[in-house]
Amino acid sequence: MSAAAARRTPRPVSIASFAQAHNVRRDDEHNEVEMLMPVVAGVFGNIGITKDDIDFICSGSTDYLIGGPFSFVTALDAVGVWPPKSESHVEMDGAWALYEAWVLLQEGEIDAALVYSFGRSSPGNLNEILALQLDPYYVAPLWPDPVSLAALQARALIDAGKATEADFAAIASRSRRDALDNPKAQVANDIPAEKLLEDEYVVSPLRRHALPPITDGVAAIVLAAGDKARQWSEKPVWITGFDHRIETHALGARDLTSSPSTVRAAEGAGVSDGPIDVAEIHAPFAHQEIILKEALGLDDTVVVNPSGGPLAANPIMSAGLIRIGEAATRISSGRAHRAVAHATSGPCLQQNLVCVLEGE
Amino acid sequence: MADRADIAAADLGPVTTLATPIRLDFEFTPGVAQSRFLRGLERGKFIGQRCPKCGMVYVPSRGSCPTDGVPTTEDVELANVGTVTTYCVVNVPFAGQSIEIPYICAQVLLDGANISFMGLIQEIPADQVRMGMRVEAVWVDPDQLTPSLASVRYFRPNGEPDADYETFKEYL
Repeated sequence: MSAAAARRTPRPVSIASFAQAHNVRRDDEHNEVEMLMPVVAGVFGNIGITKDDIDFICSGSTDYLIGGPFSFVTALDAVGVWPPKSESHVEMDGAWALYEAWVLLQEGEIDAALVYSFGRSSPGNLNEILALQLDPYYVAPLWPDPVSLAALQARALIDAGKATEADFAAIASRSRRDALDNPKAQVANDIPAEKLLEDEYVVSPLRRHALPPITDGVAAIVLAAGDKARQWSEKPVWITGFDHRIETHALGARDLTSSPSTVRAAEGAGVSDGPIDVAEIHAPFAHQEIILKEALGLDDTVVVNPSGGPLAANPIMSAGLIRIGEAATRISSGRAHRAVAHATSGPCLQQNLVCVLEGE
Repeated sequence: MADRADIAAADLGPVTTLATPIRLDFEFTPGVAQSRFLRGLERGKFIGQRCPKCGMVYVPSRGSCPTDGVPTTEDVELANVGTVTTYCVVNVPFAGQSIEIPYICAQVLLDGANISFMGLIQEIPADQVRMGMRVEAVWVDPDQLTPSLASVRYFRPNGEPDADYETFKEYL
């Protein structure tokens, strides 16, 4: 670990275990608790621990997705909280829940945390639900859907000369081809970019292939520090940098072709302190990978989204946490030494989180 | 027709209210365990599930033991009778109210269950309802049964002596 990274992370914390459900278009058989239980059992089972080994639980989800009030409270039934545990929740992607747990671990009072997230996009109309995260007075009443907002961004990117529609198709083709090796992926296929460019526009300049699938999915990670990090893993994957930043709510005040919040978070997390082997980038729309790759300062030697990324499965509220889990898995399996994982939230990449991971 | 100057000059005061109607529709997924419960109501029965670890019976079960966090897979058919653990008298009228006030909203612990659930108490004056009172479920007519709690019209006293406080004090 570099000196700069050591300053950023006074206490080393490891990704001790990661599990996710098979991502599907619609799970109409299980409720949220039933979706979470096997994943929570899996994330514990991977390293042979139980809930009793965990000191803190933090989850990420939003009630808007399933239309059920306090769904994050009932979701705790999937873990079982007796004897009582310290617990918290963020109305955000699980990547931010992981950030909260990581901050708590920095205080040194506890050594292990469970982080989980559930995102179920099938019960409602995602286009309407996501419009409600916009400015409630001047924007949300117009009900702009997320695809149209992303298309505005993609158009701005093309007009700025930073990308072409062929670039979007190439990213989509590569992502879903890589997803063929990901057993949890929802959309995996091998279709050349030239063929994808024959698609009709959904919202110009975005064709179907540049859009993420609608996904039901859940994920979980166990964080460990101190002795537990070594007990639960022979070669721990360490978080060596972590930061998140947000931009203004006003879409018109932003340059949608860049991501200054990602630039700032990448600086805070120390992305450029060493070479990056692999990046798991939460770019739900194909063109956003171009913006984020530039903001993270990644060159073409970096392997991007070998899991297939959010174009292969995009469970809202879990897709960011899954990026961290996938990046950690690349390191623990010996295919990478240093990785960056990214999560986003809000319209057109409004808020961004950057997590740097390193093996030993 | 007002010109721009007229509009600018008009002192209409600050806007203090802005109506932006929002409506979202959802499809509810009860899941495996709650589907068993709902299908039970459709047959005029209360179906709970037992935790394989602590033995507690939950009705309805959401598929896990909230204490132990393990799947509940064993179905348990519960009695049609139970005990009022606690209750309140509703005297407040509100929009959409379908029953006459005052009425009783109670937590009923069905025999064999380890968690109480909410029901109406009827066929007894409100001032005579008490903790420990034994009650039975009154269902809608068989051809009206649906996979919904609307299948249970209400609970009414079944004439048994009141339950001893010791038998339900853990469920308050």
